[in-house]
Amino acid sequence: MVKFLPLKEAVAENLHDGDTAAFEGFTHLIPTAAAHEAIRQGFRDLTLIRMTPDLIYDQMIGMGMARKIIFSYVGNPGVGLLRRARDAIENGFPRAIEIEEHSHAGMANAYEAGAAGLPCAIFRGYRGAGLASVNPNIRSLTCPFSGEVLAAVPSIRPDVSFIHAQKADRKGNVLVEGIIGIQKEAVLAARRAVVTVEEVVDNFDDLHPNLTVLPSWTISAISVVPGGSHPSYAHGYYARDNAAYLEWDEVAADRDRFQAWMQKNVIEGSADDFAARVEHLRKAA
Amino acid sequence: MSDAGNLGFTPNEMMTIAASRALKNDDVCFVGIGAPSAACNVARLTHAPDITLIYESGTIGTAPDVLPLSIGDGELCETAVTTVAVPEMFRYWLQGGRISIGFLGAAQLDRFGNINTTVIGDYAHPKTRLPGGGGAPEIATSSKEVYITMAQSKRGMVEKIDFFTSFGHGEGGDHRKRLGIDTAGPTLLITDLAIWKPDPVTKEFTVVSLHPGVTREQVQATCGWVVRFAEALDETPAPTELELTTLRDLQARTKAAHEGTAKGKAA
Repeated sequence: MVKFLPLKEAVAENLHDGDTAAFEGFTHLIPTAAAHEAIRQGFRDLTLIRMTPDLIYDQMIGMGMARKIIFSYVGNPGVGLLRRARDAIENGFPRAIEIEEHSHAGMANAYEAGAAGLPCAIFRGYRGAGLASVNPNIRSLTCPFSGEVLAAVPSIRPDVSFIHAQKADRKGNVLVEGIIGIQKEAVLAARRAVVTVEEVVDNFDDLHPNLTVLPSWTISAISVVPGGSHPSYAHGYYARDNAAYLEWDEVAADRDRFQAWMQKNVIEGSADDFAARVEHLRKAA
Repeated sequence: MSDAGNLGFTPNEMMTIAASRALKNDDVCFVGIGAPSAACNVARLTHAPDITLIYESGTIGTAPDVLPLSIGDGELCETAVTTVAVPEMFRYWLQGGRISIGFLGAAQLDRFGNINTTVIGDYAHPKTRLPGGGGAPEIATSSKEVYITMAQSKRGMVEKIDFFTSFGHGEGGDHRKRLGIDTAGPTLLITDLAIWKPDPVTKEFTVVSLHPGVTREQVQATCGWVVRFAEALDETPAPTELELTTLRDLQARTKAAHEGTAKGKAA
C-alpha cells in the first residue's frame, strides 16, 4: 500500500546500504531531491543504475556512496564530462568503483525486460561494438526461428527505484508526462518504488485515457517535493536550468570545490530548498 | 563571428551548412547532440521544412526554436509530433528500421568511419574517460545510413581509434556484412575543411569536395592518416546568405537561452 511520507522517511524506509538502486529520469524529471536525501543519509556500497548518470550520480560517486555503476552515457548532457565519475574511474577517488557499461538500447531493453518479469532482454544490438568485448554481461542468443544472432543482456531488477513525476492524486496514483523516458519500466522492474511529485491533486478524473499513470499499488512511497527535479525540469512546471548544468562542469572539476558545494547545497540543505531553486524557471502562466 | 575572415564565414559554419545540405525533406533523422543537431535544424529551417528529426529522448518530429543543450530539453517535447518512451524509441523506431539517417559526431574517428566516444587509452585504465556511446552503437548499425560530422584535428582523426564505440566499416570492405549488419553504415563525412565519401570497394573515406579556400595540404595536416583524394575534386559551394543568417540566428537564440538570459521564454 502506497504511503505519503516526508522525503526523509521515504528514503530511510526504502534505501539501504548495499542496495541496487535506480534513480531514473531521462534528462527530464530527474529525481534530484531524492538523490540528495540519500546523500544526506550517507548510504554506502550502493550499486547505482542509471542510463545517464547525470549530475546526481556524479554527486553520489563523488561522495563515495557507489560500489558499482551500471550506465550507458556517463556525460553531462550537452556540456561534456562528468568529472567526479571520471576521477573515480581514472584515479579511484574517493574510492574505486566497478563499472558495467551498456548502450542506451541495451539499458532500455534491460529495464523493459525487468518490468516484464523476464531474466534477460534480447535485441539487435552491439554489433561490432567494443562494449561487447569489455562487458561480460553482453552476450548473444540465436533466434530459434530465423537463426539470427541477437544481443542478450540481463534484465534490470533494482531493489528500489526512485523517480520524480508531475503529480499524484489523493489515492496515490502517479501521472508522468512529457519525456517519459524509462520511468514506468524502472518502477515496474523494481521491488520498491519511491516517487517524488510536484503536487497532489484531488483526482485524475479528467485525464486523457491513454496517459502514463502508475497505479498506487505499484508504488511504495510518495513524497511531495515541488522543484524536486532541479536542475532537470518538470514539463508543465518549470524549465531545465541549463546554466546550472554549465556551472556544474566547474564545480565538479575540483575536489575541494565539489566538497564545499555539496556541504552547502546538499548536506546543510533539505528537500524544502527545491521550490525556491525553480522559482525563476517557472513559466509565466 | 569574429574569425569569419575574408570568406565571410568560419570553417565551422561551412561544416554545419554543408552537413545540413546533405539532409532531404523526406529524411527521418536520428539526431546526435552538438554539431549534428545544429546541421539538422538548419536543414529544417531552410530547404527541408518537413524533415523528421528524432532525438533519443523519444521526441519524434521535433522542431525546436533553439538548439537543445541536452537530447531531452523540454522544447523538443513541446514541439514534437509525439513523444514516446525510451524503450519504444530504441525498439520500434530505431531497431524497427524507421530511421533513414543516423547523424553522429565523434571524439575519435578512423578512415573507415569507426567512432570512439568512450575512452582515450585502455578501457580498464583509461587516460581519459569520455561519456561513452549512449544511443550511438545501435544508431550506427540500425539506421539505413550514417552521416558523421566533426572538426578536423590530428587528435580526432586518427590511424587507430582506442575503442570501437560505434562500428562504421570496421577494417573496410565487406566487414559490416560479415558481422551480419545489413545497413549501409557511414556514407558521408562532413568536416570543417571537406566533404568525404567512402570508396565503394575499400570503404575508406575519400575527400570528394574541398570547402572554399581550403587546400589539400590543410586537409592532410589536420588528419592522422594519409588522406586519399578523389580524382575529380569538387569545391563545396559557399554558404548562401539565407543559410548563414539561419545558422547565426539559431546560434544566437541558443546562446541566450542556455545562459539563462532568456528567462521566462520556453527553454
